[in-house]
Amino acid sequence: MQWETVIGLEIHAQLATKSKIFSGAATLYGAEPNTQACAIDLGLPGVLPVLNQEAVKMAVKFGLAIGATVSPRSVFARKNYFYPDLPKGYQISQFDLPVVSTGETTIVVDGEVKVIGITRAHLEEDAGKSLHEDFEGHTGIDLNRAGTPLLEIVSEPDMRSAKEAVAYMKKVHALVRYLEICDGNMQEGSFRCDANVSIRPKGQEKFGTRAEIKNLNSFRFVEKAINYEVLRQIEILENGGTIVQETRLYDANKDETRSMRSKEEANDYRYFPDPDLLPLEIDADFIESIRTQLPELPDQKKLRFKAQYGLTDYDAEVLTATRELASYFEEVALLSGSDPKLCANWVMGDLAAALNKASLEIEESPVDPQRLAGLIQRIADDTISGKIAKQVFEGLWASLESADAIIYRDGLRQITDTGAIEAIIDAIIAENPAQVEGYRSGKDKLFGFFVGQAMKATEGKANPAQLNELLKKKLS
Amino acid sequence: MSLTSDEVNRIAFLARLAIDPDKIDAYAKDLSGIMNFIDEMSAVDTEAVPPMAHPLDQAQRLRPDVVTEENQRETFQKIAPKVEAGLYLVPKVLE
Amino acid sequence: MHDKTIRELSDGLKSKAFSSLELTESFLKRIERLDPSINAFITVTPERALKAAKAADEALEKGAAGPLTGIPIAQKDIFCTEGVRSSCGSKMLDQFISPYNATVVDRLNAAGTVMLGKLNMDEFAMGSSNETSFYGPVKNPWNLETVPGGSSGGSAAAVAARLVPGATGTDTGGSIRQPAAFCGITGIKPTYGLVSRWGMIAFASSLDQAGPMAKTAEDCALLLEAMAGFDPKDSTSLERPKETYSQGLDESIEGLRIGLPQEFFGEGLDPDIHQAIQAAIGEIEKLGATVKAISLPHMHLSGPAYYVVAPAECSSNLARLDGVRYGYRAENPKDLKDLYMRSRGEGFGAEVKRRILIGTYALSAGYYDAYYIKAQKIRRLISDDFKKAFEEVDVIMGPTSPSVAFQFGEKSQDPIAMYLSDIYTIAVNLAGLPGMSVPVGFSKGLPIGMQLIGNYFSEQRLLQVAHRYQGVTDWHQQSPTL
Repeated sequence: MQWETVIGLEIHAQLATKSKIFSGAATLYGAEPNTQACAIDLGLPGVLPVLNQEAVKMAVKFGLAIGATVSPRSVFARKNYFYPDLPKGYQISQFDLPVVSTGETTIVVDGEVKVIGITRAHLEEDAGKSLHEDFEGHTGIDLNRAGTPLLEIVSEPDMRSAKEAVAYMKKVHALVRYLEICDGNMQEGSFRCDANVSIRPKGQEKFGTRAEIKNLNSFRFVEKAINYEVLRQIEILENGGTIVQETRLYDANKDETRSMRSKEEANDYRYFPDPDLLPLEIDADFIESIRTQLPELPDQKKLRFKAQYGLTDYDAEVLTATRELASYFEEVALLSGSDPKLCANWVMGDLAAALNKASLEIEESPVDPQRLAGLIQRIADDTISGKIAKQVFEGLWASLESADAIIYRDGLRQITDTGAIEAIIDAIIAENPAQVEGYRSGKDKLFGFFVGQAMKATEGKANPAQLNELLKKKLS
Repeated sequence: MSLTSDEVNRIAFLARLAIDPDKIDAYAKDLSGIMNFIDEMSAVDTEAVPPMAHPLDQAQRLRPDVVTEENQRETFQKIAPKVEAGLYLVPKVLE
Repeated sequence: MHDKTIRELSDGLKSKAFSSLELTESFLKRIERLDPSINAFITVTPERALKAAKAADEALEKGAAGPLTGIPIAQKDIFCTEGVRSSCGSKMLDQFISPYNATVVDRLNAAGTVMLGKLNMDEFAMGSSNETSFYGPVKNPWNLETVPGGSSGGSAAAVAARLVPGATGTDTGGSIRQPAAFCGITGIKPTYGLVSRWGMIAFASSLDQAGPMAKTAEDCALLLEAMAGFDPKDSTSLERPKETYSQGLDESIEGLRIGLPQEFFGEGLDPDIHQAIQAAIGEIEKLGATVKAISLPHMHLSGPAYYVVAPAECSSNLARLDGVRYGYRAENPKDLKDLYMRSRGEGFGAEVKRRILIGTYALSAGYYDAYYIKAQKIRRLISDDFKKAFEEVDVIMGPTSPSVAFQFGEKSQDPIAMYLSDIYTIAVNLAGLPGMSVPVGFSKGLPIGMQLIGNYFSEQRLLQVAHRYQGVTDWHQQSPTL
């Protein structure tokens, strides 16, 4: 039996507002428990929500970036259920009328471009956190996170492999960071993913029963979880069983998914429009004002890079993965005035490798675009060879000096390549037989002539010591 | 519209309300009566009528993204039934 | 002193006939003496009151006083009052000391009023007789065997018994108007959105409104002036120019067009009430008004629609009461489920539980369209009926309630019978219109109230009509002997 995997992702991106979606409490990560939970976040009797303007703007930005319709009128709805990290006993979300409707984005997998549909994106509030350790027989609830704005982004079930799912997740991750609406910090929980996974016989139109794997907070886990789940489902179906529609958790230690006990009871969320909030109306002027504030989006940038810098599809894809990386590259290209491909190679090659090794992001690079550009210029003008340049780069990484300073200080500007010097010497010897004859017959002073010639030939870059040694050798 | 005791139990659980087992039948009876009262609504055709969620025909006002609340944990936790180390405690939740 | 209106007391304070301190002490003594037999108060706050009275006297001394400075009032226990128990009439919040003030409380404090305490009410505002309160029923001062009405029963009884010159109430289906009628006082529920709901413990969010209850329309106007106004903390609060309801009350009502809905005068209406209403309308006609028969054809559906919308919204609003962050918590819960079930099962009374169950049911999968959406459509029809009526008339009048105050226990066994005592008032909340009740007579010693309904934002007119009526009658001046 040939099986086809069907995956849809629900991504919860925490919007980078200063205050909560419905209250004026702060949203900073890592604060002492319950120090950023005001009366509204605690769900005290009599409190009421008021909507944060910035959260709306951020949602609109996202909608525009995926080419979606921004709903002129959307409604907040209550999703009712009981859980200790949900103080009001309901979550304010959007149900029938979300703020952003159908859009799409593209991913590149194995060199192929694929369009992934996005069904909708809506605003909602985050819940608090439960801490299960340290309190004998009890769970501790921290409501700092309760009320933080979330943008829930729901994809169409368009992905057909874990690889595609990861590529989509990375794309959305880059997009929200590009738009500066989310910091994308998965360790801190700013960007979370639920995967809906099902399988069906290849060629069948009807979708199989899906399982939802919740709270996957790394690209690696998404891939592993989906892979495990697909195999699990195949095994069940091939043994004549049926898939239970349920919520599952991924256990990274055991590399398996397992059923979530507490969510086994079917939840009837009893959605209805929140009577404490009025419909959100967004007019064309508002949308336009946000459109003009949009930065250049990844897809546009990639096309521009290919056209403007003559980069390959692959190079452009890599360099536009994040806004920071793209901007770094462009600065290097501009400052060095050199071949963009050379710049691309250095940024994607030596620099990326060094950053990776030191676990640094491009924004934290000890080598700024200016200094790297300086190095590239010296390669481009043949001051130093590519090989020497790597040495210079190490110098740039370890200090704040410019490439020129390092080249001068370490004498790297000089040709220390013995082969090159020898070649020059050979040429001079070939061209000056009389002087060679003279030196070999004892006229020592003629040594200077050869040094002079070599220096002239190398524009003074030949290393004197090396030159002397090699000349002596060849003239003897 | 009549509600059975089973249904009352189901709804009571959805609403997390413990109801005395010997009172379930009385609740079922009361609720059935109320549902009958409510069923009078079905007498009128409302197919073409738009629902009215609010008396106000207005749009949601937006507030600026500014932090206006400061830490009041002590004040709020003074009235809490069970707290420890700044956290609200509930019987352990198994996931 | 206790018979004086707020207006008279204010004049007295300004002319130094007495001080706020004297006034406050006098009312506190009266409460101490008479409230045990009425049970209008859940919490009396003498220390705060005396402190506020002294501050008011200082303001009066400086000449920095407004019309409400130094006036004692009491707050329905549905309003959160900082540092004071705010129980909402429930065991669930019996120990809840609110860490903040409702906007209504802040505004009345800022206007210089002196809060004497928190008033009894039906649990979580669900009821029409004040029989569901955790703190025991409130007795109607006119006849202690009868109910004061609800849910603002404590507020109405306190004003009727002259324990306080004015009080706040809230009205979701008639909870200001009906108790005002049963207790022979004046009360107004403003247009939805006029008074902030911040700090007002929510029952049915799209229906709840706070309003004043006092002896006269003028007093209500003075209180409403202080209470009303835009509040940025409430998304359903309206931004409108501030109105001074107490101005222009004496103006002529010549040409006023009164509408009498046939649906308000059908079967089931007590003949004494019918008569009193007709007499009252006659008085108003003498002042220059004309009367026209109108129809509000979907009125009979207001009960069914209300008893879907209100319970649905409240079932969700009360979900926060779970014993985790505040309020009643069951002892020794064996697990989370037990914590929730028993805290809520033990903390809530039967009527609240019934309404939560109905609301949960109406919203649950499979029933949402048939009940909740249907009810919201009926709401639209009722609202349209009023809209049409107001094209032809200025004010709609009729009885506030089909009966006068009934006996304790008379309706509490049958929820529907209890719900039917609100049939004239509920539609007004569904439409969000302003509604008022004024005393217009007695039947067998119990007060009769007449309801006035106006178009959106016509509080000024309603108060004016009521004020003019009270200028030629004296029902509002009657008080029970205690």
